[in-house]
Amino acid sequence: MTIANEPAVTTQAGSPERYYNYAYLDEQTKRMIRRAILKALCIPGYQVPFGSREMPVPYGWGTGGIQLTASIIGPDDVFKCIDQGADDTTNAVSIRRFFATVADVATTENTTEATIIQSRHRIPEHKLTAGQVMIFQVPQPEPLRGLEPREMETRAMHAYEEYGLQYVSLYENISAFGRIAATAGYPVMIDERYLMSPSPIPKFDNPKMNNCPAILLFGAGREKRIYAVPPFTQVRSLDFEDYPFEIQTWEERCALCDAEGSYLDEVVLDDAGQRMFVCSDSHFCGERRAHGHAGVMAGHTLDQIDTDGPEEKAR
Amino acid sequence: MAFQSAPDDRAPAILVDGLAKTFTLHNQGSAGIPVFDRLQLSVKPGECVVLAGESGVGKSTLMRTIFGNYLPTQGRVEVLHDGHYVDITSAEPHMVLEIRRRTLGYVSQFLRVIPRISTLDLTMEPLLENGVDPDEARERAIAVLQALRLPQAHWDLPPATFSGGEQQRVNIARSFVREYPILLLDEPTASLDAANRAIVVDLIRAALDKGTAMIGIFHDADVRDAVATRLFQVSDFKAAA
Amino acid sequence: MTSLAHSPSIPPVSAATTPSPLLQVEALTKRYGSITGCEDVSFELRAGEVLGIVGESGSGKTTLLNAVSGHLEPTSGSVRFDARRHGLVDVYGLSEPDRRRMQREDWGFVHQNPRDGLRMRVSGGANVAEPLMNLGRRHYGEMRQGTISWLARVELDLNRIDHKPRTFSGGMQQRIQIARNLIHQPRLVFMDEPTGGLDVSVQARLLDLLRELVRDLNLAVILVTHDMAVARLMADRLMVMKGGRVVESGLTDQVLDDPQHPYSQLLVSSVLQI
Repeated sequence: MTIANEPAVTTQAGSPERYYNYAYLDEQTKRMIRRAILKALCIPGYQVPFGSREMPVPYGWGTGGIQLTASIIGPDDVFKCIDQGADDTTNAVSIRRFFATVADVATTENTTEATIIQSRHRIPEHKLTAGQVMIFQVPQPEPLRGLEPREMETRAMHAYEEYGLQYVSLYENISAFGRIAATAGYPVMIDERYLMSPSPIPKFDNPKMNNCPAILLFGAGREKRIYAVPPFTQVRSLDFEDYPFEIQTWEERCALCDAEGSYLDEVVLDDAGQRMFVCSDSHFCGERRAHGHAGVMAGHTLDQIDTDGPEEKAR
Repeated sequence: MAFQSAPDDRAPAILVDGLAKTFTLHNQGSAGIPVFDRLQLSVKPGECVVLAGESGVGKSTLMRTIFGNYLPTQGRVEVLHDGHYVDITSAEPHMVLEIRRRTLGYVSQFLRVIPRISTLDLTMEPLLENGVDPDEARERAIAVLQALRLPQAHWDLPPATFSGGEQQRVNIARSFVREYPILLLDEPTASLDAANRAIVVDLIRAALDKGTAMIGIFHDADVRDAVATRLFQVSDFKAAA
Repeated sequence: MTSLAHSPSIPPVSAATTPSPLLQVEALTKRYGSITGCEDVSFELRAGEVLGIVGESGSGKTTLLNAVSGHLEPTSGSVRFDARRHGLVDVYGLSEPDRRRMQREDWGFVHQNPRDGLRMRVSGGANVAEPLMNLGRRHYGEMRQGTISWLARVELDLNRIDHKPRTFSGGMQQRIQIARNLIHQPRLVFMDEPTGGLDVSVQARLLDLLRELVRDLNLAVILVTHDMAVARLMADRLMVMKGGRVVESGLTDQVLDDPQHPYSQLLVSSVLQI
């Protein structure tokens, strides 16, 4: 499947257009956001308020992540954007093209090639490396908001390390479902000090954050908060002594690439309830297929999606 | 005022010294109602001092003041507690409560009824409060209820629906289920028939034999004669109007 | 005391040797600009003592309760509490996190309206277990057992442990609140009209329960009420407040049966007898 493209705006290296409001945000805004990022990195897990700007997409569409990317991206970066693991959804494509235009950067779907990865709700399967920056789009930065609506109270709780309430929500899970049923946005303790929401990533991805060589940045545009986990920081998922933290597992393997141990999406195929399980990480799956791995439904039309439009191929 | 020297050397259990009581009703134009003044009274263990005098002379008032329920206008009430004298009129509330719990029992005419507590539980309470094992407390409570001829059917019921005489016997049970060194008895047999009165007299006598010091108000002449060591005329200390 | 001198076997009067108090309030004053909330209030409280604060609306009793319980910094005066963690300490001298932690660990606060003292969106069981989680307990099974035994103690249906508070009646919500405030074994519990607004029969049963718990756990309690019957039933001592000041204090039955101050006499004589 090819996506109808508009011709990209290309600028000459060194032209004035390249450096005026580079990456869409004005210099003062970028400076303000960078200060917030530095503060967030110095206090891992702490939510730093920032002056979130009007962006070309409304709240709820990744404005926090976009502002973070815009503040740190440079002409030598290689930018990847995924939405629930996939490079080819409408919004991932839009954001990737946006930065290609306003920051004049190279883009990629290859996790290992990217220097900046902006993501909605997933961490890629490939292990992140030192020098990479992972940027998360966050709808609700406050992990306690569901139980405590007052901002003054949650701020006090974070300041005074009063996190008993978070365990109340896990307790409720167990009493209602017999186990901790939270599957996404599973709360974590950063460096045994701050309670953090990792954004709605599946709990499957939580362990990847622990002691990670890459920088993890989290941006909530509507709620106007930035927080961060610097490299090699301890990230621990909350649990009870008798109900320890567990990640999701599947009996199935990826139907397309036969991967075992990656996060699988369930795709309903027809009205009869036929379904297949496919890697959520589109690049990971495609790479495996390129290397000859084949799952039970290899050859399915899902396999045939070509997400590289002509201008990407031209780069 | 000097005390008469006592026939024996035992220290008094209660010493009332220079006690005065006047009620001031501030909301009725600060009307003052004087009751008694410069009252002296000493009660030894094993004695039953009966407060005598006509109605209104201040017998109940005196008793309540000794119990700490009323505040005197002047004077002291020294109670022998744990080998020390404590002035109830100026003691801290927790001290007064402790004295009432362990040393100073009070049988009043009325049983203040607490809604859901059963007769048996009410009778056990003074024992439980003093750390007695619940099983033993239960046995002793049953024993005293039986002695007072309260029917077993009543034991699990709260006393709210009992007759006056039955309520009074519950009150008595509470005060005789354990040995108080001092007992104040305000008309303990007022609502009882002759047979039950006799039982109470026996209980009183048994306690006196064991050395309990008692102050009592008895309208019934027979009971009074059966238990009194001596009479104390409250009117001797009537306050000047 | 000439008489005592004749009794050689009895030692002279001793100053009552008392254990050190659990709570010491000295000259506590709270003003709002020119308006007095409470003024110059002093008292001590021992373990196992129930202190009743009675007075009519506007008497300052709620201000006093909030000031003593660490929720309202006074204009002058002090509140000292013998905390498990710190020993005898000035409540307002502690840092805010330390004070909040002490409130969680050593104290309970039963509100008049259960909505103020419970999380309505969370199950009854979780409400009762929360203080344990605040104390750092991390074993679900043990906490649930503790919750179950407390719900039984406050006479709630154990089958309803996972129901939300809004599905319970007011009296039952109060029982949940009481369990939530006692499960962590506090030494001092503040109660603000705990049975206000409840039906009379419900109130009676709840007071019974409270009396039993106070006695069994040797709790110190400060109880604010405008209901003299509740004061008579629950409190060992009373303080009568009017216009922000304590006009009379003493043993409960003495204040109610032989009130000395004109206002106390007025209050007591106003109570309807049934």
